Amino acid sequence: MTLATTDLNAITPDGPASDLIGRSKRTRLRFVANRKAATGLAVLGFFLLISVIGPWIAPYDPSKRSSDLIQPPSAAHWFGTTHLGQDVFSQVLVGTRSVIFVGFLAGAVATILSVLIGVTAGYLGGPADEGLSALSNVFLVIPALPLIIIITSTVEEAGDTVVALVIGLTSWAWNARVLRAQTLSLRRREYIEAARATGESTWRLILFEVLPNLTAIIASGFVGTVIFAVMSEITLAFIGISSTADWNWGTILFWAQSQQALAQGAWWWFVPAGLAIAILGTALSLVNFGIDEFVSPRLRSSGRTKIRTATGGTVRMRVGFTPVLATTARTIEARNGKEQS
Amino acid sequence: MKYLLQRIAFYLFTMWAAITLNFFIPRMIPGDPVQAMIARFQGQMSTQAVASLYVLFGLDKKQSIWADYRGYWIQLFHGDLGLSFTFFPAPVSQVLAQSLPWTVALVGVTTLLSFMIGTMLGVFAGWRRGSWVDGLLPATTFLSSIPYFWLGLIAIALLAGPGSFFPSSGGYDPGLVPAFDGYFIPSAIRHSLLPALTILVSSVSGWILSMRNMMVTVASEDYITVAHAKGLSEKRVMFGYAARNALLPNVSGFALALGFIVGGTLLVEIVFSYPGLGYQLFQAVGAKDYPLMQGIFLIITLSVLLANLLADVAYLALDPRTRKEG
Repeated sequence: MTLATTDLNAITPDGPASDLIGRSKRTRLRFVANRKAATGLAVLGFFLLISVIGPWIAPYDPSKRSSDLIQPPSAAHWFGTTHLGQDVFSQVLVGTRSVIFVGFLAGAVATILSVLIGVTAGYLGGPADEGLSALSNVFLVIPALPLIIIITSTVEEAGDTVVALVIGLTSWAWNARVLRAQTLSLRRREYIEAARATGESTWRLILFEVLPNLTAIIASGFVGTVIFAVMSEITLAFIGISSTADWNWGTILFWAQSQQALAQGAWWWFVPAGLAIAILGTALSLVNFGIDEFVSPRLRSSGRTKIRTATGGTVRMRVGFTPVLATTARTIEARNGKEQS
Repeated sequence: MKYLLQRIAFYLFTMWAAITLNFFIPRMIPGDPVQAMIARFQGQMSTQAVASLYVLFGLDKKQSIWADYRGYWIQLFHGDLGLSFTFFPAPVSQVLAQSLPWTVALVGVTTLLSFMIGTMLGVFAGWRRGSWVDGLLPATTFLSSIPYFWLGLIAIALLAGPGSFFPSSGGYDPGLVPAFDGYFIPSAIRHSLLPALTILVSSVSGWILSMRNMMVTVASEDYITVAHAKGLSEKRVMFGYAARNALLPNVSGFALALGFIVGGTLLVEIVFSYPGLGYQLFQAVGAKDYPLMQGIFLIITLSVLLANLLADVAYLALDPRTRKEG
């Protein structure tokens, strides 16, 4: 359960953030320079790669039975085998595609909905705003997972697409709320007023003036929803609601649980899938931290807060001190170093 | 007062929306839901169950959907949620009444604890950026990325088992009768330790993070500088000035996140076969027990709404600005 950590106070683009915007043109890959974001993106890229090539490089057909029943990991079966002699390694590889597909489709659906609803509500104001806000608050307060379970269980043999759509359609509310609040604050900024005074149409104002300034929030909302969607999909498969015909990490855990893998000591059956979920989730959270820290440099934890003064004592810097300077200096150095070599 | 009334009106509206949703979801399935269900059971369904299904979906008498809807509300006000298939002659409300206290005790206590511990750690992490608490963040992120149910499975595998202090399943020792006595209570507590720990470990990181980020934001406010300048002790500035103000968004965040958290914690019950709503939901899903599933959804939603209302009252007490009349 990781919620989007972007809070409104953290994304107000004044203070140190504003000069970042001016500089971002010169250094295009600034975001990747953040160590957390880079790690997260690298791991995410790895999973994306597996989701594409997984079914091709899987050594066995994940559903094919063999006579090696419940074997511990070996050279032939890297992650061991199941009660039917199926290869767990192949199941994890093949299952990655479904996990990534559902995560990203649900994330996309929820993001589009939240942008439509949040930005419209924030920009229009008045009764439209109140109606849309009430709608998103209702969706926010109703527990999402039980709702998803109820809806999915009424659909017969819910496949990946159905699951992704159900998750996407029920989990947009948080982002819509954040977007609405930020749009409300942007709407009265001077540059928007200026654009309006020059006679730009409402559509142009929203698309070219407001939306670009919401990019970071939209991105972090998207990543947050992907995390939630992946967790929900795996949960649904684990409880046995969605179709068990396709492989995903939750299906593996479903079979492991229903065959009492734990009681049989078959740790290899559920450890790989669980670790894969945790690593993917951590990678996505790291990307989100990266976005947060990119937008609001104050949140960075890197950099020294203890500074040795000229008199030899140490001072812990607290107020008005952002470690941005140290970090930027270092990245510039690093970049210069790279260019020279 | 006006604020509270507004919130109550909103929750009533949400309650209406949830109930209406609950009413329409089974009716949105194309075709005859009862026939679909009979087909799924492959004929292994008693005639009473079929009859009760028709009554549940309002298909026994031909009437407009609005008459149906009105009937549904009247039923609800009588506390009638239909009959459960799995526990056949038992009404859903009775099944719910048995399992609700378990969930409220487990999830309520652990969520509050996790909120308090997480907020406390977040205060330190945000105040002393770069200290060891801050270094803890990546580790807690990893823990929170692990699905609750998987962590529960691992906990059972590592800590529970024959001869271990922690029982691996159930809410109390078999053979005991639920009662407030010296045998039952310790047993119930012992059974809830491991599930509670699981929920705590995986949910605490969210609170740490949001509190830390709020502390970082608040720490650069002018009034903090002033407090320092006045020569107040570090502790006093940290708790009396920074933490108090940073807490407010966290409390409203708590209310909003409840729905997410409750969903996750239900899974822990499934893994530990804990006799609460989550486990019942799992059984209902397995048996395609629609009345029970809907009843559980309804009761979870209502509990979350109630908890939200309580969080609002707490917010009201914490933030004097909302108390201002007018």
